[in-house]
Amino acid sequence: MTIQPPATGCRDVPVLKERGQREVFCGLTGIIWLHRKMQDAFFLVVGSRTCAHLLQSAAGVMIFAEPRFGTAILEEKDLAGLADANTELDREVARLLSRRPDIRQLFLVGSCPSEVIKLDLHRAAERLSALHAPHVRVLNFTGSGIETTFTQGEDACLAAMVPALAPTQARELLLVGALPDVVEDQALALLSAMGIGPVRCLPSRRADDAPAVGPNTVFALTQPFLGSTHEALTRRGARHIPAPFPFGEEGTTLWLRAVAKEFGVSDATFDAVTAAPRARAIKAIASQADTLNGKTLFMFPDSQLEPPLARFLTRECGMVALEVGTPYLHRDILGPDLDLLAKGPVISEGQDVDRQLDRARAARPDLTVCGLGLANPLEAEGLTTKWAIELVFTPVHFYEQAGDLAALFARPLRRRALLNASKLEAAE
Amino acid sequence: MKLTLWTYEGPPHIGAMRVATGMKGLHYVLHAPQGDTYADLLFTMIERRNARPPVSYTTFQARDLGSDTATLFKTTCQDAVDRFAPEALIVGASCTAELIQDDPAGLASAMGLKVPVIALDLPSYQRKENFGADETFLQIVRALAKPMPRSEAITCNLLGATGLGFRHRDDVVEVTSLLAQMGIAVNVCAPLGARPSDIARMGAAHFNVLLYPETGESAARQCEKALSQPYTKTVPIGVGATRAFIAEVAKLTGLSPKVDESRLRLPWWSASVDSTYLTGKRVFLFGDATHVMAAARIARDEVGFEVVGMGCFNREFARPMRAMAKDYGLEALITDDYLEVEAAIQALAPELILGTQMERHIGKRLGIPCAVISAPVHVQDFPARFSPQMGFEGANVIFDTWVHPLVMGLEEHLLTMFREDFEFHDDAGASHHGGAAMARPVAEIQPAAPAAAAEAGSMPAEAAPPVVAEAVHPDPATIVWLSDAETELKKIPFFVRGKARRNTERFAAEKGLTRISIDTLYEAKAHYAR
Repeated sequence: MTIQPPATGCRDVPVLKERGQREVFCGLTGIIWLHRKMQDAFFLVVGSRTCAHLLQSAAGVMIFAEPRFGTAILEEKDLAGLADANTELDREVARLLSRRPDIRQLFLVGSCPSEVIKLDLHRAAERLSALHAPHVRVLNFTGSGIETTFTQGEDACLAAMVPALAPTQARELLLVGALPDVVEDQALALLSAMGIGPVRCLPSRRADDAPAVGPNTVFALTQPFLGSTHEALTRRGARHIPAPFPFGEEGTTLWLRAVAKEFGVSDATFDAVTAAPRARAIKAIASQADTLNGKTLFMFPDSQLEPPLARFLTRECGMVALEVGTPYLHRDILGPDLDLLAKGPVISEGQDVDRQLDRARAARPDLTVCGLGLANPLEAEGLTTKWAIELVFTPVHFYEQAGDLAALFARPLRRRALLNASKLEAAE
Repeated sequence: MKLTLWTYEGPPHIGAMRVATGMKGLHYVLHAPQGDTYADLLFTMIERRNARPPVSYTTFQARDLGSDTATLFKTTCQDAVDRFAPEALIVGASCTAELIQDDPAGLASAMGLKVPVIALDLPSYQRKENFGADETFLQIVRALAKPMPRSEAITCNLLGATGLGFRHRDDVVEVTSLLAQMGIAVNVCAPLGARPSDIARMGAAHFNVLLYPETGESAARQCEKALSQPYTKTVPIGVGATRAFIAEVAKLTGLSPKVDESRLRLPWWSASVDSTYLTGKRVFLFGDATHVMAAARIARDEVGFEVVGMGCFNREFARPMRAMAKDYGLEALITDDYLEVEAAIQALAPELILGTQMERHIGKRLGIPCAVISAPVHVQDFPARFSPQMGFEGANVIFDTWVHPLVMGLEEHLLTMFREDFEFHDDAGASHHGGAAMARPVAEIQPAAPAAAAEAGSMPAEAAPPVVAEAVHPDPATIVWLSDAETELKKIPFFVRGKARRNTERFAAEKGLTRISIDTLYEAKAHYAR
């Protein structure tokens, strides 16, 4: 079966661009999953008590599992003179590294306060790298709210790693984007079964396994929010394999097909490897699609996963998209997904949250995908919501997770039906 | 700079949000970068509020910094007033906006808005969340509360309850009902539930009840000065404190301190024989000063625990905290560094921790029972059921909450008696905690051969210290447990095993021993017996 794109997709649809109050996370939040993925890295945010409080709120109980991240909180005296701030930073880093000898990579993460006072963390990273070489490499990126939205923190982190990757002439495939280990292993197994290899990952699980990059490297993105990383890899001579993102059966198949084509895999091999997991994914999605079929969907901007997820929910689960909001729309990277998304929904970039809420209230969608600051207030207004952050913290990519992904959206609808059936009145 | 993982308090603008979110008809315009809206979900998720906090963030980004963030701020103020039509506006800056120096106060007051504008100056790099709440409430009261004739009947205001406050919702209900029994109505409860127009009516009350000094004391002092209202100094948490509070209110008003104690159960529950085993249980207390000081009194005088450590994270209250600790023969731990708290708990090896969410995790890690008495707390401590800490129902709630994590009285004795039992052994944990009791494999019950124990024991062979000439006082960390002593130690019930291990090691170190035998274990037990 070949998949038919709609007669006209959304690639060239005019985008509603809005500015105003944004109800989104800053890039620091990316640290929460990045530090789990990179097992010998430590993320040191240079920021204020607000930054520490945000990480604590986002990390919930992880704070207590000796996580490999922390905040160097700026105090009054750090704001007074810059020379002093560098000395302070060096002292804190030295203390940290002596306490945690297992750390091989240290990221100095910029925040709004550190950027506004123009603390040069890039130079600090170079200085500290020289000081702690060869055991520890110190890199820097910004996760500040003035520069980055939520998942862009991962993009900034990976882009900062690219210039430091070793050079190579080898023709290798590079998978880019931090995936849960279980998902990454599935992807590697599928590629290996087609005879594609060697395959490297960015980020790698340990610093010693970092991929090399060069003019014969080809890379596939597993996440849509990696614009800067895409650019940095291209600058090193690597070539991108454009594809829709691997969500659902269709997305995964098209993503794998693009990679298979690049490596000259025969149709027969491709079908032999993918037939069984495709059938499984279709079956798993079908069990959830009954709940989702024909339901309208409104997505607030959060992670940049919105366009590919809207594509999955409309094409594979039968939903009707009303608005697809994204904090940032990278047209080249998302082109293949936008081609598959049928015309109809408003595609919006950025946010003026009060106006967008007005639109959502007017549209009365069956399912609203939004952040935790909006979810309960909208539920109280009678709208059914799915909180978006879970889509970043849960394994959702590739075949075996396709059913789980559909279930994430079906569950709130099933729950509302269940509770409505029992006529519970909620207390204030 | 200070390396921080966990912070007990957020920055001061979070305190301002707690006041704004607690109130109605007030809007907060916060000059802040994109991302600071994370704070909204503290209210919508942890407290499960059904509306967005009344906060507009200017959401400036990097590209705005070169241009005109001041205009952005003014636009946000105008939009907030137009859209939400608040009775009053509070304006301020988050930590980043404090650095770009846009002066929200000057900008907003120059706009000629139709509503009162109250400016907040919250120094983000020196102060924290509780200060932010206290200062915000003070500024609102200072701006809006004016002297006025007293109400005909005796009324009071309740001060200090906020959004995201630990049990504030139910404490207000409980204290309101206590006062009603004395014939006193509540004029205004603020910030929680109040509108700016209610703040303007505060002067009608005869006196103020200060529920939470952390978030209401500055406003109480302001009312004392500007409105000539005295305020209560006793926080009614615990039976003794509630009675003292009632006496204080009676003295302020001339009314009778008679209230209905028929539903107060803590004293009898605590006197009943099942509670005998609570006597002298060693308890460590940490949290905000108000809750810790109240808890210490309950622990010692009403439940019969021994308070072995106490402290608070809010330096503003270090002085009363230190004074009270001195009364208990202790030195107060005043710190906002959880690692110091953890070290103190580890050194003291208490049998129960009463603290915050943080101490709950420390307790989990060290295997020590814990109950929560203070913010910061997680979602489970914003319960659906009525669960005050204050007043007589609060005392009932506290008794149940504190005793629950402990092993029940009779069970504690059975565990001691049958500690080697193959099914009823301490690794299965307490029966009411739902731990799945695991029957031990028979092999494990046999006394271990010394060699096998050395392999499986806590001191792997390669880590054993080399035998050197014995120092007069060996470091407890280098003391070796002989395998039979290690096995004997395992027979001691889990809830006192840590203490036994430490006591024995200290005893051995004092005696200059480097090896601990069964005899050493029992000599130490006799030595430390009270």
